Amino acid sequence: MSIASRRRHTGSIRTTSLLQHALVYLLLTVGAIIVLIPFAWMVSTSLKPANQIKQFPPIWIPKPILWSNWVNALVIFPIPFSRFVLNSFYYATFSTLGTLASSALIAFAFARLRFRGSRVLFLIVLSTMMLPGQVTMIPLFLLFSKLRWVNTYNPLIVPSFFGSAYFIFLIRQFFATVPLELDDAARIDGCGVMQLFFRIMLPLAKPALGITAIFSFSGAWNDFMGPLIYLSEMKQFPLAMALMFLRGTYRVLWSELMVVSFITMLPPMVLFFIAQKFYIQGIVVSGVKG
Amino acid sequence: MTATRQAPSPGSGQALPRPSFGLGRWRALKERQREEIIAYALVSPWVIGFIIFTLGAMAASLVLSFTETDMLTLRWVGLDNFKMLFSADKTRSLFWVSLYNTGYYVLLSIPFVMVTGFLLAVLLNQNVRGQTTYRNIYYLPSVLPSIAVSLLWLWLFHRDFGILNYLLSLVGIKGPAWLFSVHWAKPALLIMSVWGAGGNMLIFLGGLQAIPTQLYEAATIDGAGSLRRFFSVTIPMMSPTLFFVLVTDVIGSFQVFTSAYIMTAGGPNNSTLMYVLYLYNLAFQQFRFGYASALAWVFFVIIMAFTVLLFRSSSVWVYYEGEIGGRRA
Repeated sequence: MSIASRRRHTGSIRTTSLLQHALVYLLLTVGAIIVLIPFAWMVSTSLKPANQIKQFPPIWIPKPILWSNWVNALVIFPIPFSRFVLNSFYYATFSTLGTLASSALIAFAFARLRFRGSRVLFLIVLSTMMLPGQVTMIPLFLLFSKLRWVNTYNPLIVPSFFGSAYFIFLIRQFFATVPLELDDAARIDGCGVMQLFFRIMLPLAKPALGITAIFSFSGAWNDFMGPLIYLSEMKQFPLAMALMFLRGTYRVLWSELMVVSFITMLPPMVLFFIAQKFYIQGIVVSGVKG
Repeated sequence: MTATRQAPSPGSGQALPRPSFGLGRWRALKERQREEIIAYALVSPWVIGFIIFTLGAMAASLVLSFTETDMLTLRWVGLDNFKMLFSADKTRSLFWVSLYNTGYYVLLSIPFVMVTGFLLAVLLNQNVRGQTTYRNIYYLPSVLPSIAVSLLWLWLFHRDFGILNYLLSLVGIKGPAWLFSVHWAKPALLIMSVWGAGGNMLIFLGGLQAIPTQLYEAATIDGAGSLRRFFSVTIPMMSPTLFFVLVTDVIGSFQVFTSAYIMTAGGPNNSTLMYVLYLYNLAFQQFRFGYASALAWVFFVIIMAFTVLLFRSSSVWVYYEGEIGGRRA
């Protein structure tokens, strides 16, 4: 059952001829190039002088390469660009903290503690994963405007402290793989329930917490609809909204738009590359075992 | 194991008497009862959140759908919202238009995205060198913010200077106006969704790697060719994964919003007015919260109907190994 013991060469028994093998590589490489072309085009556009952007046939390598576009794109906004970056980090960091703290505790209760109604409650948790957020969007907006939370990050961050179904499920799955004998041993040694959580379960569930942190961070970083609904003052915009502002300018400034798009993509990309193991594990746990 | 060692180890099997905290009644409780109280305390944030943010909000949404509401006033209108919503008159309601657009997107993007994702996973599972590199490249689009992706594709789809029409011109095709064309705007969104097929690929790859090699070996011994093995081993063993991906893809693609909002704003001539975009416009541009709530509830019912249908159908085509199947039913 554990993902660690996954087999790599399931297809190896197949006696693939050389030709078949070549075809596999050919298809994979062509596909990879198709996926990468948009990125190349984005970088190329971001470094082009204005007169080379709208040119047919297109120029791939700008002459000259205008690094100054990158500076210009950042000062095009009426407020300092760093503000958007900080806002995005603020939103992502705090909603991650909220999700981690709440979901880990809730998942622990579902995985290890015996209480009446736990089965039913957990089924409800699972079923809310399939609920489209649009059903609750309007009443929540009205509620948060009553609380005068519009134009603050509260509506985006505070709900994360109440646990998120997907992450509760994910962490619980990890807790469930910890052998029950460890609990018994700890209890015989006089460990209380909370000690069991902090001393034994939490250290063993580090991968699950890592996955949760990464997913909820990039989820908040990439979120667009939430900020779009709740934030209307530019000084509160995260990067996603700064992009929308740039898109809305009278004349579309393609190279500036590509620069800021690239910057917005960068943190989730970097996070993915440094923590790919977590990503893969998280996706597989929820997908294959879900 | 190290954790166990850290715990205090009393000589006898009994827990040592602890210094009293003044919580005499707490200590008088049986261990089971204490555990239960702690458990309720731990899950209480989720229960409270569920009651307010999900259950309460859904009930409120249902009530609002029978009213005409903006930020200041609230008026009971009975079933008027629903009557207007379902009306075929396009000047009154774009419900059918947005439902058609969304249905088109869901029904066409899912087969493309799933087949592409599955194909890539099967190719990657062929013992290829550089598997990690390929996998990362294909998965990359799935980790990116949808707004940045939408803006990038807006530029790729540019009628005169976009790279897509340039590539088409290389093979002698004059590319369409894409996002500015009533006929090509929806296909453009489809093409963009296939770019993200790597998300499905990753789940499929995990599923393929979990299939025990012995099954293939046994099939080979029984004389099954590679095609037969694919259809008699791979597909049945993958059916739970396929089912999971199908359900999440259906729910996810029904909610398509950012690309339509950013790239076309629903145009041209409402040809990309997706359901959630229409809902957003009604609620947060026109502040017709009552009518938008009616739309939201109909949306909820539609998605639930699809989900129930999929789960019903799963007993026919999804193969679960013994005990998992039992637990699910």
